[in-house]
Formats: sequence, structure tokens, C-alpha cells
Amino acid sequence: MATSETATPRGAMEHARAKAEREAAAVRHKPTIPACNAKNVPDGVSLETLCWDECLGPGGYASRVLERGTTLRIDDLEGDACVSLLVYNADQLHERLNVADTVKVQWQAYLGPGALLLSDMGRVLMSIRADTSAGHDTFCAASSPWSNAARYGSGDNHGPAPSARERFILALAKHGLSRRDIGPGINLFKPVRVQQDGSLAFARLPARPSHVNLQAEMRVLVVLANTPHVLDPRTTYCVGPVRVLAWRGSPTRIDDPLRSSSPERLRAFENTEDYYA
Amino acid sequence: MSGAGQHAQAEDAGHIRGTIVHDTIVAARAPWSHVVAEGETLRIIDLEGNQAVDCILYNARDTDERYSAPETIVAQNNIFLTTGTRLISTEGRTLMTITADTCGRHDTIGGACSCESNTLRYGHHTRHQHACVENFLIESARRGMGKRDMTSNINWFMNVPVESDGSLGIVDGLSAPGKYVDLRADMDTLVMVSNCPQINNPCNAFNPTPVRMVVYR
Repeated sequence: MATSETATPRGAMEHARAKAEREAAAVRHKPTIPACNAKNVPDGVSLETLCWDECLGPGGYASRVLERGTTLRIDDLEGDACVSLLVYNADQLHERLNVADTVKVQWQAYLGPGALLLSDMGRVLMSIRADTSAGHDTFCAASSPWSNAARYGSGDNHGPAPSARERFILALAKHGLSRRDIGPGINLFKPVRVQQDGSLAFARLPARPSHVNLQAEMRVLVVLANTPHVLDPRTTYCVGPVRVLAWRGSPTRIDDPLRSSSPERLRAFENTEDYYA
Repeated sequence: MSGAGQHAQAEDAGHIRGTIVHDTIVAARAPWSHVVAEGETLRIIDLEGNQAVDCILYNARDTDERYSAPETIVAQNNIFLTTGTRLISTEGRTLMTITADTCGRHDTIGGACSCESNTLRYGHHTRHQHACVENFLIESARRGMGKRDMTSNINWFMNVPVESDGSLGIVDGLSAPGKYVDLRADMDTLVMVSNCPQINNPCNAFNPTPVRMVVYR
């Protein structure tokens, strides 16, 4: 009698193993496990320091604890990514990115090279060490199920157009956190500018690959979701893939010019050094 | 100015059409919170002028749903709050609507001052000055809430322009004695306030003063 190849535990096991081997090569957006086997690593980065290599396709999300001094490089591979970012102190999760303090303390709403991401406890979570992008957004935060439903017909995790907020709820649940812990975040690679009357301008820029290097100045939990920006006028769910690569290193040193680039930044670094003293 | 004089001025500044159900003066530097029932209106009166009133809103029945500055900004495509602005929650629903505003515009990107951010902006020696987040934590603790409930906020009567190069800052206020804002509750809303104690920037004209809270229906 002919039976299905998955009718027995042994048959199901062999089927699963064969499927994994057969299909892995065809999947475009996948991680390198372990990360030290990564290919196409930036010059000067040694393989043994690599701790994360993952590709997030449209709607993809990830979360990770990064040790102090780790550099997180996010590559907008095709120039059309939108990475919504939340950051927490990994050892004290109720300390988190405070976007208002980040822009107010640095007297600057448009983040770029040298900008710090500040926590609500007056410390430096991460510093922007390299940034070849056209800019970022500190005003609009995560796309939501209702904004995605209005534009794409759905914004649910189980649908074809997941929103950043829904992705965050899943990512945070894996660290014991909930929707209560989703504060305003930052959207990387999609610049939003304020006009004189206070209205927002979303720039549709030509697709140009770029990257951002964020250095962890504390032991951080980072949460990323790659979903279309809430102001993106396109009616189809368009967002380009990103590669996320991280390698271990040292946090900012005492003699680093960034540390003393403004009195506010200096005191933020001092508070951070004091925390770990 | 004497207290009585200030309050008389406030009475002149806005006639209330309706039944007053709650009326209190929040002292300079003090916290305050109150549940405004759906359909009721909260009037916040800047008694002496240029007094920032930091404010977080929560769904009174489920405080995990709370005010979201980004949702509010996106909904009206503008960073400034004024008459007609719907104050949107993290779940995309309207908590309250601004139904009157004699000041002209209010801030929602400048955040709340904290002891910790004060050290960055004004020096490590300011750590022990009272701050808005302290007020929010005091009021949260009374209601079984805490640090995880700190989120984006509104700064009534505070002026934070953003220039074309992205420069921003808390600058001299646009408010004056008796200016007020009316907030109609579109659901039962827990309104949590810090009458800002900041003395290092112009948000309170370097001089914190009382404000008046009137709830009417």
C-alpha cells in the first residue's frame, strides 16, 4: 500500500532534513550562523569579532543584546530600507532610548554622524560612528497596524504587510516586555524634515545603497523592524532589504574627539562611564 | 502679583459654559492627576503666563494604552498642537481633542525634563533639582504605575521650534497670563501633569508658577 513519505516519525524526519538542505540555498534573506562564518565583511573587521550577520527582508524584524563596544552596521542594500529602531539597557530594561532627550540635549532633530542615542537616564546607549545615508526620522516612529491597514489592507503580523509596531510586540515579548514598553523610536534611512509651519516633509529620494554604523556604548538590547515608513505614499508594501552585521570592539575612549564634541555629549559619556565604574 | 489677583485674571480670561465638576490650583513645581470622563472638558489655565505644563494621557481603563507623540504628529502631519488637534494613543485612538486654545501652539517633541537629562543640559550639579519626570513618577506611584509608564508627552504652553537645518530648542514662550487650552475627553482619560519646575531654560520664564485645572461638562 502506498503511504505518504511523512506518515511515520522517521519519514517526517527525513523529509524535514531533506527540505532544509534543498531549500536553504534558494532563500535570499537569511542569517549566517555562527556569524564568524560571514562573507563580505568590511575591511579591518576580523572574523573572530563578528557576533551577528543577518538579512532582514521586507517586514523582517530582529532583536539582539550587544555588548559594550560592539559596532552594529546596518546596510540599506538597495537604498529603499526603513529600519525602525528601539534601544534598551540590556541589564535594566526599563532604561530605554528617549528620542525627545536625544534631540533636545543635542539641540538637533536630524541625526547624522557623531550623534548620540540617549537613554532616559542621561546616558549614551549608542553613538552613530558612520552614516552614508540621506538621513533619518525622529518624529513619526513605528508604522502601525491601523496605518498599514489603511494603506495596504492589513498590518497584522500574520498578513502580507506587517507593521513595525506589530513586529516590536513580537520582538519585545521574547525579552519579557510588552506594548507598554514601546516608546517612540527612530526610523533609519527615511529622512523626515519639518517645514516652517511645523508640517512634515517625507523625501522620496533616488534609491542609493548606504549604511549606518551604531556603536554600543552600553550593553544594549536593540530591536529592529524593516517596514515601509508611515508617510511613504506608495500604495504597495515597498521596503528594501537590509543586512545587519555586528562585531565586538571597545566603547568610546577618553581621548576620542566625539566624547568631547559638545559639553552635553561629554556629560552623557561621563554619566555612562560613571554607571560602569 | 497676589494669588487672588492671578485667579481673578484667569476668570476673566475664559468663561466656562457648563457645569464645573472639578476645580483646583496646581502649585508651582507640583504633580497632579485626574480622570476626565468621556465628554468632560479639562481647561488648563496658565495663571501667570509662560508656565510649561508637562502632560501624559492614559486610557483610564487600560493604562497600557497611552498618549503617543508620533501618532499625534502623523495624524495631523504637524509637530505643533492647537485647536482641532486630536491627541492620539499608542493604539491609534483619540484620547482627547483640543477644542479651544488661546495660546496658539504647544509642543510635543521636547519631552519632559528629568534629573538625568538636566545633568546633560545644565551640568552635573543640577542632578538634585526637582524635575518633571520626578513628578510623573510620584503621580504614577500613587496609581500603581511606574518607570515603564513614562512615555512621550505634551508640553502645554511650551515653544519648541525646529529650524530648517534641524536645530531645535526650548525658546521663549508664546503664552501670557490667563491663556488656556481646552481638552475634551473622547474616552475616559487619566491626565497626568507635572507643573514644570524647570529653572534653567525659558519654558517657565525661569520662574515656575501655579496653574489652574477646571473640569466641566
